[in-house]
Amino acid sequence: MLGWLPENISEYAQGVDSLFALIYWITVVVFVLVMGTLIAFLIMYRHREGHRAEYIEGSTKLEIIWTTATTVIVFGLAMLSFPQWNNLKSAPDNPDYVVQVRGEQFNWYMIYPGPDNEIGTEDDLELENELHVPENKLIQIILTSKDVIHSFFIPNLRLKQDALPNRFLDNIKFQATKPGTYEIPCAELCGFGHTTMVGFLHVHTQEEYDAWVKEQWSE
Amino acid sequence: MQENENISHEHDDDEQHEHAHDDNDTPQHTHEHDDDGQHEHEHHHEESFIRKYIFSLDHKMIGKQFLIYGLIMLFVGGGLALLFRWQLAYPGEPLPIIGASEQYIEDGEVVTKNDERWEKIFESEKEELMETHFPNGVIEDKTYNMLFTMHATIMVFFVVVPILVGAFGNFLIPLMIGTRDMAFPILNMLSFWLAVLAAIVMAAGFFVPGGHAGAGWTGYAPLSVDPQWTDVGWGQNLWAISLLIQGFSSLVGSINYITTVINMRAPGMTFFRLPLVIWSLFIVAILLLLAFPVLSSALALLIFDRLAGTTFFTTTTEGGGDPLLWQHLFWFFGHPEVYILILPGMGIASELIAVNSRKPIFGYRSMVYAMIAIAFLGWIVWGHHMFQSGMRPGMGSFFMTTTMLIAVPSAIKTFNWLGTMFRGSIRFTTPMLHGIAFVSMFVIGGLSGIYMANTPVDIYIHDTYYIVAHIHYVVFGGSLFAMFGGIVFWYPKMYGRYMNDTLSKIHFWITFIAFNCTFFPMHILGVGGHMRRIANPQFYDFLQGFEGMNIFITMSAFTLGFAQLILVFNFFWSMKLGKVAEKNPWNVTTLEWEAPTPVPHGNFAQIPTVYRGPYEYSVPGEESDWIPQAQPEHAPASAGD
Repeated sequence: MLGWLPENISEYAQGVDSLFALIYWITVVVFVLVMGTLIAFLIMYRHREGHRAEYIEGSTKLEIIWTTATTVIVFGLAMLSFPQWNNLKSAPDNPDYVVQVRGEQFNWYMIYPGPDNEIGTEDDLELENELHVPENKLIQIILTSKDVIHSFFIPNLRLKQDALPNRFLDNIKFQATKPGTYEIPCAELCGFGHTTMVGFLHVHTQEEYDAWVKEQWSE
Repeated sequence: MQENENISHEHDDDEQHEHAHDDNDTPQHTHEHDDDGQHEHEHHHEESFIRKYIFSLDHKMIGKQFLIYGLIMLFVGGGLALLFRWQLAYPGEPLPIIGASEQYIEDGEVVTKNDERWEKIFESEKEELMETHFPNGVIEDKTYNMLFTMHATIMVFFVVVPILVGAFGNFLIPLMIGTRDMAFPILNMLSFWLAVLAAIVMAAGFFVPGGHAGAGWTGYAPLSVDPQWTDVGWGQNLWAISLLIQGFSSLVGSINYITTVINMRAPGMTFFRLPLVIWSLFIVAILLLLAFPVLSSALALLIFDRLAGTTFFTTTTEGGGDPLLWQHLFWFFGHPEVYILILPGMGIASELIAVNSRKPIFGYRSMVYAMIAIAFLGWIVWGHHMFQSGMRPGMGSFFMTTTMLIAVPSAIKTFNWLGTMFRGSIRFTTPMLHGIAFVSMFVIGGLSGIYMANTPVDIYIHDTYYIVAHIHYVVFGGSLFAMFGGIVFWYPKMYGRYMNDTLSKIHFWITFIAFNCTFFPMHILGVGGHMRRIANPQFYDFLQGFEGMNIFITMSAFTLGFAQLILVFNFFWSMKLGKVAEKNPWNVTTLEWEAPTPVPHGNFAQIPTVYRGPYEYSVPGEESDWIPQAQPEHAPASAGD
């Protein structure tokens, strides 16, 4: 099952895969134990002539055991998840680059602040469905939507966040570790063109990225 | 099927009513029995055909009406699913049977009979449904949205709730608590006919210009608010209006259930002597009563937004409402709704397992408390549907904790079902097979829920096929297996005959295998990042590897769909031709089996008195391995009726 996960290129979200693996193994063990017991019971206690069921109304001791065990496991998991979740969904302190992303039926518009580092000024650059970032740099995304709810999903970064109209969410960040091109589908139903709403994340080496910047703002 | 039942009913009908004192009024009766049963009523100025079969006030008839209603809708909902499964396996290819040929689609050359038909449709002036939804037999992306939206809407609101709550609730509650009918028979009838009205309104949506609702069964705003985003006009309005009506139906039904369970239990039937299925239906009725008004309010606001120009769920730079408000309202209803779908399944499975293991329920009281705990927790977990919605992340931590807590009562229930089988004497009847399937599938559905309850992992699998797999393991693997088991189990009491066991077993095994082949691979799709609600996975590079799996799932889904024809054939065939059932064919302790078969109007000749709990199986020192709830202490066992 774990082998089906797409390659993880996120510095931040390595922990997501570890948690996934942990839950996977816990659930596999529980599943095998429960199903094993069930099948064993079905065989051992199948109806046989002259054999009578035993009158058992319950066992407080057993019930306390499995209630406690379940509680401990799920709270343990929750405890492990809190710090990760807070980390993943908090706004970065000192991002290296900031890009605003706007979902609009049925495209992602990426708005770069340009040399003045401010969005909403003349030197902004707006690209359709193309997100260019350098590798190993902390990128902050300011996410918004023009019309309906979209969801900004980058499978390889284990990143997903809904984009809301008239809200500018600043708690999306990532650090991509491997150059390449990755898809950015929309994960929230957004209308008749939802299926074809896809952007591309281009992760460059620093040199390539600098060259790209030069090209864009050369004039 | 009806005559047969009619005749045997009739005699008892009269006993209960005006002729209670002279039930040996034979000459007239004998004469009538030779007659067509339908005329019989008119003699007594009592129940006309319409009164008995259509506008019936009898809880059993209303229960059967809900059952048949739900089964019809099951085929509508399932058919929609098969259509979009075709698209997922073969994106953009014309549907079998109605599709045009390749040549025709490519260069307009008429080759097959279908091409001729399409040619005619395209040439005609009228905008036809087929032309706009399935040109050349190919499912449009917009049509695809409509198909999955309506599949879920119909399955949730028109199949699972009407069958589990409407059919089983109506049929079982008065019988199992030992009373003659529901507290409010007229409200009960109203509940059914409102549900029919809702279904008609919902069906009408398919035929309006612009097609039916396409914003998902969750109807997220602003997508569902403004026709410009979806190109859907009155479809979405009818969707909302229909659900509003269905809400009234559920409300009326739930008031009835609650009142009946509280006030009309037979003497001696204390709350802790109620069978678990009654407990589950009672709890569900409370959930319905409290949850549905929230949906109704949200739907009313949505209708205002769509038709009156208000902005409850939309936002502009000048102000307005908030799209997230819809999600909060919807899921505040929606999560209790999920438990409305599964709790009756748990109740039914408990009956099936106890009866067929010939053992008391292991930890009866904790089973009850666990259901109450699940119902309570259901109110404080709605935010787990909104982890990625832009809700404050701190709230995510709160909702993760409450959601994880649900694992505790769920585990209690699972272990207690195992405990019930422990040292039992398990009879592998068809209902028991469904009961075992319920437990196994519920275990998978419960365990897969932990992944999504975990907020960091949910970031990745949210809105992927993982959630699709999870919901189907709970609602199909859980609720529907319980429903199938329940139908086979109570059929002899409903119709006085057994369902054909060979057909039932074939139906079970095909369903069980095809179900797992359909839905288990969806976990893998989800892990691969495959988004839900997309019409063409082949559009994405990172999903290229899943083509084969999608085809496999579609094949399995078709098998699963066609297997249900066996159930329906068996259901109707057995009404007339099934083996005649005795009064208590499975040797069950609960009260519904005390009533004669088929159950007359008024249910019991004399209201039974309850002397013990519902699961007195294999009591030491007793000769019989079951003691009916209504059997007085120290009386000789009346087993083997």
